Amino acid sequence: MSDKNAEFIIVGAGVVGLSIALGLLQKGHQVTILDGGDSDLSASKGNFGLIWLQAKGSHFAPYAKWTHKAVKKWPDFAKSLEELTQINLALEQTGGYEFFTDSNEFKAFQADLKQQQIHLGKKSSYEILTGDDLRKRYAGIGDKVVGATFCPLDGHVNPLKLFSALHSAVLTLGGKIFSNNKVKNITPLQGGGFKLLALNGNRFYSDRVILAAGLGTNSLAKQLDFVTQVRPQRGELLITEKIAERLPFVSSTIRQVNEGGIQIGGTSEEAGLDDSESLNVMVNLAQHAVSVYPQLSNVRVNRAWGALRILSPDGYPVYAQSHQYPGAYLVTCHSGITLASLHCSLLAEWIIDASNQSTLEAFSENRFSISSAA
Amino acid sequence: MKIDSRFQARPKGNISLSIDGEIVFAHKGDTVATALLADSGNASRKTNKNSPRTPFCMMGVCFDCLVEINGSPNEQSCMIQVEEGMVVKRPKGLRNYEQK
Repeated sequence: MSDKNAEFIIVGAGVVGLSIALGLLQKGHQVTILDGGDSDLSASKGNFGLIWLQAKGSHFAPYAKWTHKAVKKWPDFAKSLEELTQINLALEQTGGYEFFTDSNEFKAFQADLKQQQIHLGKKSSYEILTGDDLRKRYAGIGDKVVGATFCPLDGHVNPLKLFSALHSAVLTLGGKIFSNNKVKNITPLQGGGFKLLALNGNRFYSDRVILAAGLGTNSLAKQLDFVTQVRPQRGELLITEKIAERLPFVSSTIRQVNEGGIQIGGTSEEAGLDDSESLNVMVNLAQHAVSVYPQLSNVRVNRAWGALRILSPDGYPVYAQSHQYPGAYLVTCHSGITLASLHCSLLAEWIIDASNQSTLEAFSENRFSISSAA
Repeated sequence: MKIDSRFQARPKGNISLSIDGEIVFAHKGDTVATALLADSGNASRKTNKNSPRTPFCMMGVCFDCLVEINGSPNEQSCMIQVEEGMVVKRPKGLRNYEQK
């Protein structure tokens, strides 16, 4: 087969596309990945590196269970990726906190955790701490923190190293990655297979095609008869200068990268396709960080940036096979880091043969057709 | 390392600052990075892994030129002009929350 003729073509070389590619390659399949340019709205460049279970899927049991499975699988996933690439992912999965300075938000979140626990049963546990409990545990926590929740399975990785390791693993196993080949059209061929046309005029052919194109999904999805449409949600991030001391905790909004910089984030804004940063959000992020951990007040912020999350209509992952063109798949999710451990295993197995994974039915796009008909 | 051979010598400036305790003269309008480079070709800091760094982009982007200025850590020396009596230190490793 030539470079432009593959068994699987994955559209999108972000964390999601690369994870699936890795899974397919490990099962002996032949994979080509087509990616856009550096100025595309890549969500992977904005990721926070969290491996996070806490409260996920409180209102959708399959997502709670799927996420639980993913975080449990992360240590093995990280180990095999590190062995394959010799890249240290700096995985630290010693539990994570959600900090609250507003008691109503604290209460609402506890209700979510309780609901999630019903879905997960004995497999999972969490802790609720008052502000004083937390200050006894960590002397540096600020007075404004009214409480925290803790999930022992949560953690984080170095997001850039993960990205680089996935890229390197895919190439090591013989996958091909073509950047600056943003896909414009996908045409299903008579008798099966697909023709993909890139904006630069290149043509590619494949037996099967997987859309993992993030915010580039919508127009391609329609061409393959998928009903899923995604939308952007902006998050903003700060990163500080590198600090010698280690933060004693990981939280969903404040975490220290293994190299020393402290990443602060967690905002959500409806800003369309505008991925720029804004002063008032940066100020709020900095104030949040300082109220949680006042020692940060004399630490310098080196960089701030915005990035766009990819949200499906209900916020949960979509793993869909096209009804009309069964060789076409659509994958989209918000939590590509957390779910990477399953995307390269169970999801890849489902794509190879759907009878491998009946549990994924909950994530098909049937749920959108039903709700729009109702 | 002596760097005289690579640059034309220029007259001694009249602003004095201290770099790691040594008095150095610079010109009005020089950045601290310029003063560091004019003083020596040695590393202006060492990273956490003891890897040497020196001013690179000279336009506030690369963060390689970080030094301590008047007790404040991780200042971008290429973005700050010299002042009389300035105390500059070449950092080794990462800063702490509490300085000194």
